[in-house]
Amino acid sequence: MKILICISNVPDTTTKIKFVNNTTFDNAGVQWIINPWDELALTRALDIKDAQPGVIETITVVTVGSQETEPTIRKALAIGADKGIRVNAEPKDTFFVASQLAEIVKKDNYDIVICGIESSDYNGAALGGMLSELLDMPSVSAVSHLDVINGQVQLKREIDGGQETVEAQLPFIGIVQKGIAKEPRIPSMRGIMMAKGKPMEVFEGVGADSFTEFVGFDMPKPKAACKKIDPENVKELVNLLHNEAKVI
Amino acid sequence: MSVLVYTENWDGKFKKLSFELVSYANEIAKKLNTSVVVVSIGNVGEEELKKLSNYGASKILNANNEKLNGLNNQAYTSVLAEAVAKENATVIVFAHNNSGKAIAPRLSVRLKAGLATGVMTLPSSTEPFTITKKIYTSKALANLVIKTPVKIVTLLQNAFGLVEGPASGTIEQFNPELKDSDFKTKVVDVNKVTGKILLSDAEIVVSGGRGMKSGENWGPIEELAVLLGAGTACSRPVSDEGWRPHEEHTGQTGKIIAPNLYFAFGISGAIQHLGGISGAKCIVAVNKDPDAPIFEAADYGIVGDLQKVLPDLISAVKELKAN
Amino acid sequence: MNFEFTEEQKMIQQAAKDFAERELLHDVIERDEKSEFPAEHIKKLAELGFLGMMTDPKYDGGGMDTISYVLAMEEISKVDSSVAVVMSVCNSLVIWGIETYGNEEQKQKFLRPLASGQKIGAFLLSEPEAGSDATSQRTTAEDKGDHYLLNGTKNWITNANSASTYIVIAQTHPDKKHKGINALIVDKNSPGITLGPHENKMGMRSSDTHSVMFNDVIVPKENRIGEDGFGFPFAMKTLEGGRIGIASQALGIASGAFERALKYSMERKAFGTEIFNHQINAFKLSDMAVKIENGRNLCLKAAWLKDQHLPYGTASAMAKQYCADMAMEVTTEAVQIHGGYGYVKEYHVERLMREAKLTQIYEGTSEVQKIVISRSLLK
Ligand SMILES: Cc1cc2nc3c(=O)[nH]c(=O)nc-3n(C[C@H](O)[C@H](O)[C@H](O)COP(=O)(O)OP(=O)(O)OC[C@H]3O[C@@H](n4cnc5c(N)ncnc54)[C@H](O)[C@@H]3O)c2cc1C
Ligand SMILES: Cc1cc2nc3c(=O)[nH]c(=O)nc-3n(C[C@H](O)[C@H](O)[C@H](O)COP(=O)(O)OP(=O)(O)OC[C@H]3O[C@@H](n4cnc5c(N)ncnc54)[C@H](O)[C@@H]3O)c2cc1C
Repeated sequence: MKILICISNVPDTTTKIKFVNNTTFDNAGVQWIINPWDELALTRALDIKDAQPGVIETITVVTVGSQETEPTIRKALAIGADKGIRVNAEPKDTFFVASQLAEIVKKDNYDIVICGIESSDYNGAALGGMLSELLDMPSVSAVSHLDVINGQVQLKREIDGGQETVEAQLPFIGIVQKGIAKEPRIPSMRGIMMAKGKPMEVFEGVGADSFTEFVGFDMPKPKAACKKIDPENVKELVNLLHNEAKVI
Repeated sequence: MSVLVYTENWDGKFKKLSFELVSYANEIAKKLNTSVVVVSIGNVGEEELKKLSNYGASKILNANNEKLNGLNNQAYTSVLAEAVAKENATVIVFAHNNSGKAIAPRLSVRLKAGLATGVMTLPSSTEPFTITKKIYTSKALANLVIKTPVKIVTLLQNAFGLVEGPASGTIEQFNPELKDSDFKTKVVDVNKVTGKILLSDAEIVVSGGRGMKSGENWGPIEELAVLLGAGTACSRPVSDEGWRPHEEHTGQTGKIIAPNLYFAFGISGAIQHLGGISGAKCIVAVNKDPDAPIFEAADYGIVGDLQKVLPDLISAVKELKAN
Repeated sequence: MNFEFTEEQKMIQQAAKDFAERELLHDVIERDEKSEFPAEHIKKLAELGFLGMMTDPKYDGGGMDTISYVLAMEEISKVDSSVAVVMSVCNSLVIWGIETYGNEEQKQKFLRPLASGQKIGAFLLSEPEAGSDATSQRTTAEDKGDHYLLNGTKNWITNANSASTYIVIAQTHPDKKHKGINALIVDKNSPGITLGPHENKMGMRSSDTHSVMFNDVIVPKENRIGEDGFGFPFAMKTLEGGRIGIASQALGIASGAFERALKYSMERKAFGTEIFNHQINAFKLSDMAVKIENGRNLCLKAAWLKDQHLPYGTASAMAKQYCADMAMEVTTEAVQIHGGYGYVKEYHVERLMREAKLTQIYEGTSEVQKIVISRSLLK
């Protein structure tokens, strides 16, 4: 079996987010990482491969981006992916990226394609779905458990207040979320050394539309002073939590 | 022209979320001088379907077919695509939940319709169609323009609220074409989980400090936690006293958590405690001391006796959940 | 000149940081209190290849440079020096010694399991009467034709219990003084080896330190490293590199304490404002930052010289002396910035301060480093 994992290159989650003139993300001094959900997806794929040697032939990772994203691919190779692919194109929107990835999926016979449920930068939560539609492949979203047993995939997907066990025909696209693996792996010295020798292919991007465009960025309002509520009117608190803070 | 809403049901019932989606769609429809059509997939009674009209549904397409039991991304996409064509929809609204995230992107590709996910407000303009969403996990906001003639949005739960606006709500049986090739995934088992929520996973955390006076007084905290599907936590002295287990000790020297909502009952807000909860998106403090430092960290505060506030709060939450 | 780390060096630094934060931080206080050897933690560290990270891959090592080693040592030491010292002894003393001066057979037999982390090593030089003055070795390795007979006592041996492979420095020709000393690879399970009790230390309490007693221990001749009488230069050369490890450890202790103090100073309020805003604290932190930067540069310079195969003995002594003394100063100030909270265990800085003290003592005291440095001035 061949697994393809789509990884995106995102700022470290502890990064202080800033914009230049409210139009461009300020990437000065930013440390880039593998999108956390994608890294968990890779971890799970490696766990499956380790548990059943021979069943998973190769794990390939792919990202769409400029040359600056290569360290992120090499980190994935150091963690254990077998092969890296970079599509040389500047991401415009999710549809554009999905169109690039679709071309990559068509180049080989992948049995399982895995995407993270969202990326921690634009929180789009759309890539996996778009890619599966472009390829006319079945997709299962919010997957929190994935296994390969006797050549079949077994999945659990999260639903409101529970889980469903789902079967999917291959090839399929798994869109995975928290729970898919416990903790991302730390690359070993051997892994880091071997990453240098692993294949990294670069393909030029294909022409594709973009459906959407970011036209400006803003920072959320700073934390306001504590709102005091009359102890005789606790209902008001519930009302505010529900309608204003939108947390219950 | 129309604004189309997809809403799922939960064992044949709609939730507040469904009505919120319709309310939201109705506001967009007003801006576009058109009306709202809702698509419901699965087995929902007429009376329940009719409820959608209170929030502005002019037409309700009822796709009740056994083959559609259990979310199937491809089949649901086909059903919705057919509905869009039939109703000539130009805006399609989903919830930004697991089913919305599963179907909306597929539909976006199928219809060549631009998609804005996780939006919180109405579009600030419909021409060009411009809408705000949170990015970088709520650390920033972005304005997004959808450039295609047909637009799809997924709305964050509770972002909009309910707006009543009665409409005709004609129910129409909808029998979309179902292709076998769409059924490549199958739900084989459903497992509803109930059980204690791990503190680190909890979206809501209810916590108590020394102001609770004794471990025996924890009943209301637990009750509130169960009501809200929340985890429970405590300050360090509370676990030192053995009132609560050590796993619940939160703070710089205990667990560091970042829930959406954190309730602090009888916690003074020492820096060591705050070190563990400052990542919480919303903090509610209940303390009888108006100068307690916890109020500096809190978003909402009640200066008062927690013995009285807690039971009131529990009934108010029960009331909310009942609706 | 280039101050930019390579992509690989950054990746190693991040890996070490992740390891320290995920695997070590959660129980470091408890282990320190109980003086508990971190066996499971070391096993994981070994699996990641950190124990033989600089060894040639053909002997199952990681093939990384000394710069990467400095970066990794700093990250691990920010959190737990008892673990970092295992890494340092294995990499810089035992493994480097065998890789650099051992013969091919010794490398195949002893280096491989060490470099891959399956086994850990210990370096046995200090004696009850031979500390700073390592020349006055009283442990004897009597030449018995096809083997040596080892007798004597070594003190303060890090990894004494957990190691499988010892490098023992012992006197074969007392008349030749330090020119009669040999370095022997000794299997820890050889008959005649006994261990003293675990030392109850001030800091690095979970690192396992014991005396080791040799009573007619038979060591095959083929286990001698280098020519007859090479033991003393061997030990001195090995310690030159070891100092880079301990210097980086001290650096990590200092930067770990600094990071905690900085964060605390921006959270703790006194007299209505964060204590950082009382200028004396801001200046303290600024001094700490400068010292740490100096220390880091010294470590990296020594590492760079070593990687370039240039003489690095003086540079490593400078780094070791400066970083050890600097760590003591910085950790003391970090405790001060924490006030009373700094004096209890939960805040880590008191432990870091106890750990810093050891870096001024082992692998050559700060005074001994000054001897090395001052001698080099005359050359
Ligand atoms: C080294 C060290 C590490 C520490 N680490 C942590 C840590 O990780 N986490 C942590 O929590 N603490 C920690 N602490 C302890 C911390 O300093 C505080 O002492 C502790 O957080 C206080 O707990 P508290 O708020 O529950 O109690 P108190 O400070 O005693 O506060 C009780 C509060 O309850 C209010 N109250 C009392 N009765 C009522 C009532 N009927 N209705 C409403 N309000 C009422 C009071 O006004 C008061 O504000 C640490 C301390 C040290 C020394
Ligand atoms: C926890 C721990 C772990 C250790 N691990 C190991 C190990 O794994 N392997 C190993 O071989 N050893 C190890 N050591 C031993 C360590 O290297 C020695 O303790 C160190 O070299 C100092 O020797 P000493 O303790 O005998 O002190 P001494 O040599 O007696 O020194 C006492 C004091 O006199 C000063 N002094 C000595 N000579 C001079 C001089 N000429 N001029 C000025 N000042 C001088 C010293 O600087 C020191 O301040 C370890 C020690 C400790 C505490």
